[in-house]
Amino acid sequence: MDQFLQTFKDGIAIGSLYALIALGYTMVYGILKFINFAHSDVVVLGAWLSLVIARQAEAAMGWGAVGTASGAAPWWFGGVVLVAAMLLCGVLGFAIERLAYKPLRKAPRLNVLITAIGVSLLLQNSGQLPAFFGTKPKSIPPLVPDTVLFSIGQVQFRVLDFAVVGTALLFMIGLDWLVFRTKVGRAMRAVSHSPTNAGLMGIPVDRVISFTFVLGSMLAATGGFLWALKYTQVKQPADTSWTLLGLKAFVAAVVGGIGNIRGAMLGGLTIGMLEQFGSAYLRSSLADVYVFGLLILVLLFRPGGILGSAAVDKV
Amino acid sequence: MAGADPQTPPMLEVRGLDVHYGAIQALHDLSLSVKKGQIVTLIGCNGAGKTTTLRAISGIVRPSGGGVFYEGASITAAPPYRLVRMGIAHSPEGRGIFSNLSVSENLDLGAYARSDHDEIARDRERSLTLFPRVRERLKQNAGTLSGGEQQMLAIARALMARPRLLLLDEPSLGLAPQIVQTIFKIIREINERGTTILLVEQNAHMALKVAHYAYVLEVGRIAMADEAAVLEKSDAVRKAYLGVG
Ligand SMILES: Nc1ncnc2c1ncn2[C@@H]1O[C@H](COP(=O)(O)OP(=O)(O)OP(=O)(O)O)[C@@H](O)[C@H]1O
Ligand SMILES: [Mg+2]
Repeated sequence: MDQFLQTFKDGIAIGSLYALIALGYTMVYGILKFINFAHSDVVVLGAWLSLVIARQAEAAMGWGAVGTASGAAPWWFGGVVLVAAMLLCGVLGFAIERLAYKPLRKAPRLNVLITAIGVSLLLQNSGQLPAFFGTKPKSIPPLVPDTVLFSIGQVQFRVLDFAVVGTALLFMIGLDWLVFRTKVGRAMRAVSHSPTNAGLMGIPVDRVISFTFVLGSMLAATGGFLWALKYTQVKQPADTSWTLLGLKAFVAAVVGGIGNIRGAMLGGLTIGMLEQFGSAYLRSSLADVYVFGLLILVLLFRPGGILGSAAVDKV
Repeated sequence: MAGADPQTPPMLEVRGLDVHYGAIQALHDLSLSVKKGQIVTLIGCNGAGKTTTLRAISGIVRPSGGGVFYEGASITAAPPYRLVRMGIAHSPEGRGIFSNLSVSENLDLGAYARSDHDEIARDRERSLTLFPRVRERLKQNAGTLSGGEQQMLAIARALMARPRLLLLDEPSLGLAPQIVQTIFKIIREINERGTTILLVEQNAHMALKVAHYAYVLEVGRIAMADEAAVLEKSDAVRKAYLGVG
């Protein structure tokens, strides 16, 4: 029972991070029909910026770690770090789209894909420069108290657990509302169906595309921030663990149905659960195998993804 | 004839338009004008360049030569969304329905560029009164509508922009004769309420009946242009487009 609960808790936590990142892949695919390979690098940047901002601000203000007796950062400081990282990543997402992808709007899909890989390599390698992140892992100061709120059996529920899952779910619900209940969301869905006809409705298509990139990059920043918060240590930008994180989030988007935002959320949670339960109850060394095995099964038997063929709302 | 005052410049003027698709030239030095308050129709066979003309006017394709002028100002190659704000609505070939959105959402998209909520609500009501079939299906997914219903939705949606100039691309395509009658009746009503219309049609018979002025397009060039009533009686048009004589 304890093991089940612990695994379930871990599955939700990691799954909601996958979902958050998967949304960025799926939104860009929905609107421009290509895979933005640079998306996972924006996640890295989000984690890294969170770390830098948190360290700098705490040093400047003379704050200690949260929870220490004297001079701890106030409780809202984590939120400020997150918002700052989101804004900076949003700007980066905007710039990537304008500089790298927009000039290729009419080019063959393959050119755009190759460009995306190029942008990804550029971000990874420039991130390793000493002026930026460097090549050594660093740890983020704890922004959320690590106190245990309650326990069920041996399983402890900490403030951090709720902060991570709560933030992720809040952003997902917010995005769902934005896409399905607001005017700009309606415009995003229209552009995803047909940019030409969306233009005829008076929708400024290029602006909607920029907005989608900014939104996806902000969610990526949130994913990076929460990842850093959860694991404390932030690895260097070209570390394979980041690649794997991006890959799994991408698998989540495909499993849920690429282009479908509810699919991305469902896919993220599915992948998170599968990975955690697989490694807890079967072999932990095979965690990645379960994930990519599911991808193969989905591609074989339901190529549109879980929600892909049935659902019509694509972004 | 409504607004046929020779002093006033035309509402829309296309001057010497050339359009290429890669190596293919679809329009050759095409000129036409639409007077305020009129229904002007552009008829021609498949591939004559009717759709291309509308696409060039609304900025979807970039002309390689010539220009488009609206109310005296050049709108050549302006992005489509700008034109909507200037009062031009284009209901495209194939209806341009967003099948991933509900009927109601499609309708609202027509008013995307507007923010006068009370007036939008009034126009919505007016559109739905013109097309009761659309009203019955507001909650439905737009992809599930029949072809005729989609056409009604497309026109209703174009009206939501409260256009001064309405570009319609084959509103009668694929519809049963009775629905065609209804659609043309509504086109005339819309015009009588003050909207200028440029109507592209293959159904020359109906188009010439409803229009004030007509252009005949043949392989990317204007072959004939005259008052619709005159063209309707001309031998050339009767032979080639009305199947008589
Ligand atoms: N995207 C395109 N790429 C290449 N050629 C095109 C394209 N669109 C149209 N054409 C060509 O341009 C010419 C004019 O096409 P257009 O669609 O304007 O004709 P149309 O008069 O609207 O015909 P229809 O009555 O069949 O709709 C045709 O020869 C067509 O093959
Ligand atoms: Mg056509």
